[in-house]
Amino acid sequence: MIELLQNLGKNTRTGFTKLGRGTFFLLQIISGILSVLPRPRLLLNQMYSVGVLSFLIITISGLFVGMVLGLQGYYILSDFGAEETLGVMVAASLVRELGPVVSALLFAGRAGSALTAEIGLMKATEQLSGMEMMAVDPIKRIISPRFLAGLLSMPLLAALFSAVGIIGGQMVGSGLLGVDEGAYWSQMQANIDFQDDIINGVIKSIVFGFVASWIALFEGYDAIPTSEGVSRATTRTVVNSAFSILGLDFILTALMFGDN
Amino acid sequence: MDNSVSTQNSLVSVQNLSFSRGNKKIFDDISLEFERGKVTAIMGPSGTGKTTLLKLIGGQLFPEQGTVIVDDNNVHRLRRSELYNLRKRMGMLFQSGALLTDMNVFDNVAFPLREHTHLPESMIRTLVLMKLQAVGLRGARDLMPNELSGGMARRIALARAIALDPMMIMYDEPFTGQDPISKGALVHLIKSLNTILGLTSIIVSHDVQETAAIADYIYVISEGKVVGQGTPKEIEQSESDWVQQFMNGTADGPVHFHYPAKDYVDDLLSTGKRYS
Repeated sequence: MIELLQNLGKNTRTGFTKLGRGTFFLLQIISGILSVLPRPRLLLNQMYSVGVLSFLIITISGLFVGMVLGLQGYYILSDFGAEETLGVMVAASLVRELGPVVSALLFAGRAGSALTAEIGLMKATEQLSGMEMMAVDPIKRIISPRFLAGLLSMPLLAALFSAVGIIGGQMVGSGLLGVDEGAYWSQMQANIDFQDDIINGVIKSIVFGFVASWIALFEGYDAIPTSEGVSRATTRTVVNSAFSILGLDFILTALMFGDN
Repeated sequence: MDNSVSTQNSLVSVQNLSFSRGNKKIFDDISLEFERGKVTAIMGPSGTGKTTLLKLIGGQLFPEQGTVIVDDNNVHRLRRSELYNLRKRMGMLFQSGALLTDMNVFDNVAFPLREHTHLPESMIRTLVLMKLQAVGLRGARDLMPNELSGGMARRIALARAIALDPMMIMYDEPFTGQDPISKGALVHLIKSLNTILGLTSIIVSHDVQETAAIADYIYVISEGKVVGQGTPKEIEQSESDWVQQFMNGTADGPVHFHYPAKDYVDDLLSTGKRYS
């Protein structure tokens, strides 16, 4: 019992210390962003490896999620004779929820884990330390560009996910199950609100991108510089990002859609 | 002690330094002087915190006590920007080389120049090729770090360390894990760079012969204390048991062969912990 309490106390303390280090790290990243702006090449290179290389997984997953939504939505809606509104249902669920959330989870798995492993290995092979001794601040040179790239890529990836998903829903809905194509698109246009649905979805994806990039970079930077340490850090990135994304999604949804 | 402590002819001066990691005391009130234009070696068995000492001198770690003066600057009192300016004049050669793995040899050597100067690309090219020529690897400029042998990586790292024409270079175990030819090349390079460029070199190493061949002055440290110092000749003739054991590589002596443990027979007869 005493041991249990001791462990609880110890874990809470290490948890809070880590949170403190993480927050301090975040402040350093943000103050480093200013020195990234005059060097767009650094940012573009990272946008490529964080964003462009995630294209394939996002596109394929988006397509299948949209197709499944089309199938499931059709079976439920057709019970009420409302299959014309399939477009609304598919688009609303993608733009509001699935687009930002699923693409953020995929982003954490694809790009986040890669970032953690990269930074962790740079630390383990003394590259970060070597940079410091060359009077180059690794936060400004390595971390901030990657953070900014993640932050900018995430909303774009989420938008891509939703767009491909809507096409997937249409393929299944009107191609396979015979929903009227005109109804699919026009109902969607009439009922999806730019402010309430699309902007809120974009805000969500920016928040997720922020959190997922922060966690990935911090875990890499804070990793124990051994192969085991880096492997654990990579796992923690994926697990912690998933928790944070899903938890934040609930909070954001409650804030955005709670009053109607 | 204020910022402007100047000690005779020393470029780097370590005064009454103490540092511990966890409960282990790595340095216990040690003082070292590194003279300008000389090659000074710090020797001692692995695990005595030699790399830690270099990180303390470079301002990457903070001591619990004591001061480090580099070129009349108190390293741990400097502001961040001042420390970074000082580091531009301090080269460091890491044991692993610490080359950036995502760029080729040329870009690695050009890295400090591109980060710290606004020189035109043609000038950078000339400088990089000169530095690579100095370490004999001008022909390897297009290789990636994973295509280099250990010795080549270290020479590239050396070219990078001298890219900004520093006043000093710190070498972390430059000879470890090198074949005899690479060792010979490095010994020659360190000595000639020191003379030609007028550098001050600090070598941390446990390779007795190579280091003794080029060092002007040697400190032998063990368990956080300086146990012997002098020119290579003086060290060789030292009467300290400890220094003798280290220089001659005897297995048992003041440094015991066995890691501290309980009595051997007791240990064998007890059941021990079970691992499943």
